[in-house]
Amino acid sequence: MPSALAARNVTHRFGDVVALDGVSVDVPPGTATALVGESGSGKTTLLRCFNRLIDPERGEILVGDKDVRAQDPIALRRSMGYVQQHGGLLPHWRVLRNVALVPILQERSDARVAAREALKLVGLPVAQFGARFPHELSGGQRQRVALARSIAATPGVILLDEPFGALDAISRAELQEVLSELRRRVAVTTLLVTHDLAEAGRLADQVVVMKKGKVEQRGPLRDLVHSPATQYVAHLIDRARTGLEALLA
Amino acid sequence: MTHNRRLFLVSSLAFLCGRDAVSQTDTARLQARNADGNSQRITVASKPFGESYLLAEMFAQLLESRGFRVERRPGLGATEIAFEALRNGSIDVYPEYTGTGLVAILHDSPPDSVTADARAVFNHVVRRFADAYDVHWLPPLGFQNTYAIAVTRETARKYGLRTLTDLARESSRLTAGFTPDFIGRNDGLVGLSRVYGLHPRAVRPLAPAIKYQALVSGAVDVIDGYSTDGLLARYNLMTLTDDRHFFPPYEAAALTSRRLIRDFPAAVGTLTLLSDRLDEQTMRRLNQRIEVGREDVARVARDELTDLGLLGAATVAPRVAGSNADGLWRYLINRRSSIFSLALRHLLLVALALLAAVVVAVPLGLVLERARGAAEPIIGALGVLQTIPSIALLAFMIPLLGVGVIPALVALWLYALYPIARATYSGVRNADPEAVAAAEALGTTAAQRLLWVRLPLAAPIIMAGIRTAAVITVGAATLAAFIGAGGLGEPIVAGLALADTRMILSGALPAALLALAVDGALALVERLVAPAHQRRFFRRREAIGEARPA
Repeated sequence: MPSALAARNVTHRFGDVVALDGVSVDVPPGTATALVGESGSGKTTLLRCFNRLIDPERGEILVGDKDVRAQDPIALRRSMGYVQQHGGLLPHWRVLRNVALVPILQERSDARVAAREALKLVGLPVAQFGARFPHELSGGQRQRVALARSIAATPGVILLDEPFGALDAISRAELQEVLSELRRRVAVTTLLVTHDLAEAGRLADQVVVMKKGKVEQRGPLRDLVHSPATQYVAHLIDRARTGLEALLA
Repeated sequence: MTHNRRLFLVSSLAFLCGRDAVSQTDTARLQARNADGNSQRITVASKPFGESYLLAEMFAQLLESRGFRVERRPGLGATEIAFEALRNGSIDVYPEYTGTGLVAILHDSPPDSVTADARAVFNHVVRRFADAYDVHWLPPLGFQNTYAIAVTRETARKYGLRTLTDLARESSRLTAGFTPDFIGRNDGLVGLSRVYGLHPRAVRPLAPAIKYQALVSGAVDVIDGYSTDGLLARYNLMTLTDDRHFFPPYEAAALTSRRLIRDFPAAVGTLTLLSDRLDEQTMRRLNQRIEVGREDVARVARDELTDLGLLGAATVAPRVAGSNADGLWRYLINRRSSIFSLALRHLLLVALALLAAVVVAVPLGLVLERARGAAEPIIGALGVLQTIPSIALLAFMIPLLGVGVIPALVALWLYALYPIARATYSGVRNADPEAVAAAEALGTTAAQRLLWVRLPLAAPIIMAGIRTAAVITVGAATLAAFIGAGGLGEPIVAGLALADTRMILSGALPAALLALAVDGALALVERLVAPAHQRRFFRRREAIGEARPA
């Protein structure tokens, strides 16, 4: 069951640096929200609050309408998928076992079956890839495995932290397609961190632009393009458009 | 731990300690020995130089000829180690010199009226040793072995040297080659400079084994020897007279533990049979057979005891066919069984010390990964241990643990801790950060990350640390011979003392081979523990049955 995610007036500092400054975000169940911004905008910090890798100083973080501070972090993390920029696969485990990690942690007897299902969903034939080690895969294949790992335990939520940021343009487009297809088949609330506005627009129902720990604007990409709320948002859109036109010219 | 492995540990310790009851506490040992009376062994030790080996061997054979069971501990470190071992009851008797007792042990400077007279010095040390240490001198053996400041006949003629006063007069034109020991001692160069005004142009520190060659080849003009050194006669050197009676008398005598005096009166009686039976000329002849003739110490001791009429004819064994002219290869082959058993003992010492170090240092490294603030101070402290010279560390062990296997194991164990703890800590700390972060975000516990991720990925680095420790330990274990733990250091220490290259090599070569073998064996283990994706020789893709299409 997809759960709703919400941040209410969240503030967090690292030493003297304010990473989040009164941020509020709502992600309705089953939808996808993209956090967009430059490095240091606080988007990854916000993401990491949802699975308690960071406990913010002030404000509330809700997963499925429950405050995360009331939940055991280990159990919470097992109930949410997670993909990071460099997949973070365990290099000494074969692909199938990597994908089965969370079901194994949950001591499910059908962990391998679940892992095989997940690999199918990301388009990697088990027979061909299941017994490989991560270093025997391409970068794109590794991110597919990481994606499969994040959904193997059928979580209600997946958190994606620049999941395709390290890939070449072609693999990146492929992986975006894989994720879209995945979300069509499996209902899962998705929170995606990216610095690429086009990717955000392609994958997310709602885009949240962040700058220096604050939310600049939120809404569907179309709304942002039609009426950017701040100069910064307009600038981001301009830059994305220039990139696209340069590509088409 | 399986039953078999426990059995292995127990039996290896038993093997190492079998001849090693001496490492128990004093009380327990005394009780045991009082209960058993003469069936207990008497431990005879020596310091690491030729004459000391010979006298100890004579003590041992004499005791054995009278039915005592003897345990030999030849070549104990130096004066401090041998004396400390005697004082705490780890050994029962070793040959010592009254002057050494006076200067190096008591640090006494009694009035000149005492030091000038051998009898007075003997009476002085007898009284002071009994009072201060409950350690007892037996009557002197009959010769003195004092420092002999020696020059070649040619140098003596050229500079007109006969006495130390003559030497002092010419000293600014001469280069001295002295043992480091002598250079630093009050009854050595320090005192000579004060009393005679001896100030050589240069002083070169020389190992005892090479100083005679240095003198004869002309590299130095004057050396310190011992008056009974066989090489003095062999090279026809001139010993300069101590005309101001600077050196105290160095009368040789058996120095005995309180246990020997109290529990073995008959053994004390047996040892005194040698009193006043060995004069300087005899000792010089015997030392020459050992140092120059390269004869076996046991054979020279047996011959002399027989000549003195102290051994029955029945105990005289036939002479071993002349082995002193053998080449290195023959020498090694002739001694293969003794070398093999020394190597086995060496290996057991290394294995036990290393095993104990792994058992402590690997968990320590893992714990420190969870408590990183404490890591550098603790590992740093282990590193400081590494800088203590082995021989010093071994010497520190004696007051706590006596001599023998136990202190040697403890010292080797201490040395092995650092490389293993350091490698374990670094290995688990630096294990693939991306994988560790992802595992954390997906809900592994800290213990699961340690056991499933960090430890397997760190295994090759940990094994590298263990291999380093193993090779270090094989080397350091050769020094364990200085505190009577046996092993391949035994022929090395004895060979150094007797300037016998073949004997040194008979310990050093197998030790080097052992280091290579241990390193090689552990390299195989390293492959076995390598993380799955790095195993080149054990890759089995087909083993993943569930990877096949359903």
